[in-house]
Amino acid sequence: MKLLDEFHGIRDDPYTYGKKLKAERNRKIIGYFCSYTPEEIIYAAGIHPMRLFGAQGEITLADTHFQAYCCSLVRGALEGALKGKLNFLDGTVFPHTCDSIQRLSDVWRLNTSFGFFADVVLPVKLNSESARRYMTDVLSKFRNNLEKGFGRRIEDQHLRKAIDTYNHIRTYLEQIYSLHSENPHIISGSDVYAIVRASMIMDRDDLLDKLPAVVEGIKRGDTDADNGTKKRILLVGGICNHPDVYRILEKSGGSVIWDDLCTGSRYFSGIIDNSGDPVESLANRYMERPVCPAKHLSVKSRGEHLVNLVKEKEADGVIFLLLKFCDPHAFDYPHMKEYCNRQGIPCMVLEIEDRLPTEGQLLTRFETFMHML
Amino acid sequence: MSRFMKDLLIYCLAKAKKAKLGLSKNKGMRDIMTVYYMEAKTARLSRRKVAWITSGGPVEPLIAMDIIPVYPENHGAMIGASKMGAELCEKAEEMGYSRDLCSYARSDISCATVNGGPIGGLPRPDMLVCCNNICGTVLKWYEIQARYFNVPLFILDTPFCHTEYAEEMKRYVKRQIEEYLVFLEDVCGRKLNHATMEKVGRLSVEGQQLWQAVLDTAANRPSPMTAFDAFFHLALIVTLRGTQITVDYYRNLLKTLNDKVEKGIGAVPNERYRLLWDNLPIWYRLRWLSKKFAEHDACLVADTYTTAWCGTLKYMDENKFLDSMAEAYTRIYLNIGIDEMAKTVMDMIDKYHVDGFVMHSNRSCKPYSLGQYDIRRIVQEEKGIPCLVIEADMTDERNFSESQVATRINAFMEMIKERKG
Repeated sequence: MKLLDEFHGIRDDPYTYGKKLKAERNRKIIGYFCSYTPEEIIYAAGIHPMRLFGAQGEITLADTHFQAYCCSLVRGALEGALKGKLNFLDGTVFPHTCDSIQRLSDVWRLNTSFGFFADVVLPVKLNSESARRYMTDVLSKFRNNLEKGFGRRIEDQHLRKAIDTYNHIRTYLEQIYSLHSENPHIISGSDVYAIVRASMIMDRDDLLDKLPAVVEGIKRGDTDADNGTKKRILLVGGICNHPDVYRILEKSGGSVIWDDLCTGSRYFSGIIDNSGDPVESLANRYMERPVCPAKHLSVKSRGEHLVNLVKEKEADGVIFLLLKFCDPHAFDYPHMKEYCNRQGIPCMVLEIEDRLPTEGQLLTRFETFMHML
Repeated sequence: MSRFMKDLLIYCLAKAKKAKLGLSKNKGMRDIMTVYYMEAKTARLSRRKVAWITSGGPVEPLIAMDIIPVYPENHGAMIGASKMGAELCEKAEEMGYSRDLCSYARSDISCATVNGGPIGGLPRPDMLVCCNNICGTVLKWYEIQARYFNVPLFILDTPFCHTEYAEEMKRYVKRQIEEYLVFLEDVCGRKLNHATMEKVGRLSVEGQQLWQAVLDTAANRPSPMTAFDAFFHLALIVTLRGTQITVDYYRNLLKTLNDKVEKGIGAVPNERYRLLWDNLPIWYRLRWLSKKFAEHDACLVADTYTTAWCGTLKYMDENKFLDSMAEAYTRIYLNIGIDEMAKTVMDMIDKYHVDGFVMHSNRSCKPYSLGQYDIRRIVQEEKGIPCLVIEADMTDERNFSESQVATRINAFMEMIKERKG
């Protein structure tokens, strides 16, 4: 499908896209690292929110700031900034995430200069009324900071329009996931990955213009994947920076039919009720959305969510994708695995530092797992 | 109950009662801690509740409610000092926990399942109190223990103060302090006595002031104590803050130290060089490190770790303890931006007349260690003193290479000697 070429292109080279957006359309761009970034507020200010995934490759400059036991996302992100790869940015925003991103924010503030900078110190616990009020306060404050930083007003109507745009985008993304889940032959996992990934990078209005055609194309069968039998796999973890995972998994006879990733379903889960106060509405989504393990909803919420997803999506197995040195996910892993074991759900774990194992090794591991299913 | 347990209980209660009344003011740390742990281990028999709480958590309401506070992190330190860390960490790794995770958490999580370690495991909690002002790790750790023990968990969420303690944070933490008290009252089935709370608050502030005074004696030349002494004496201000016994202990210690100062007795026999330590201790190599530095006539006069338990006194008001506690617990050393941390370090360098800065890059503690390189750069630029980074871990001795650390300390000390003569 020709339309998907653009998504693949953007996924492959987000920085060129960012530079073009700046050069050709003179857009203000704010970079961010976390799915709890209130993108709607940035969008409502007429600024383009662009997710950063950390540069891959050799780390040299970031080594003078972070120890080797810091995850490759944080080190790679800083490396990109220090090497000047992100010079098209007009600012960066850091929602409070984990201990490592928290310190990345400090190091970033002291060592880079992209203009606008904001910490959005969200609550860590999401199960109390006081946390909900605090969440709303923090988002309102971010709105004010953006207004001051860029000298423009963000009216409620702008926020409502933004929420509306994002609701549409999220609905389309969920629909694409659902189409793939219902029929894994209709589109490849790599294509789905490219779409959702590019949707965090692309201009959101352009994206919303293109998504209906993508959905129609998938339904028509323009995106046909191969017809081999596919084991239904749920991919669970934080960030997935490796399109090859999808391709190699399909080669081994599996397909990612859903995920619990912050670069996947956690990004688009949760449609916002757009009838009340817009900032409160945004806060409510974060309070209810499936959580990142760096946040607390209840001691069982992530395990239960996992089991529900397996049942709902009729997954045959679960692959845990762990980024080395990512503490919140590593702490949850034994418990999540136990949940799977108790329910008789087969699972495997794949720990990645910054590069994938060789294709041959990974294929063998996936194939072994597929045989178990 | 076995005869032995009954005897043990009677012995403990008698000792505890005596300790509470402050009858034996010269009690040693080991005695106090032994009684404390025995009391905690027999809590069920004395019908008292046990709460597990994080090291930076507000313990005072627990003391006021007569709940016994138990510190998994203090336990982690004991495990480290007893050199049992690697074994318990390995056990946690068998349970599926990554070797890259915090070694306190790993050893405590596995210890709970086998009742191992130096004191045969911690007493079972009736509740868990987790304050995330020190790290995000405690959140995950306490979730794990809440599932394992199936007990209620209270999270005091203290927003990170990168550059400010903003109004909305203030409101949020204050509301949570109220929720915390309600939580304790619910679990205990009785009300908090506010007069007792006030008294505990005053004792806490007094204890912290005395702890600060103890640490301040190290500003003298020669210093009557080293950071290694501080690591030892720290236990009470962490675990029993808000009690008379802690106040008595530090008053006594302060007197001893002041006597030494008067007589010019230094902790290191020929103190020539004064160093500042950063990060948690390397618990399983304390003696070795202490000897190593003393060989070079160097005294670790201060550290950023033990000062954390009195570092926010400036925000505390003993007359409005509960109110001021919100700010004091939110703005602790590990919950602020690295530029403010660097400023604190530089103030300490001036205050304690420091010649060199030793940073423990601790694999177990990301909020403490990530950012150290930038702090080192700021300190070097502004103070011009040599800085040393030691790669290690607080409890897991598998991450310590003695020969490498020795070489680096020797080279660092050579630099200092050259500079100072």
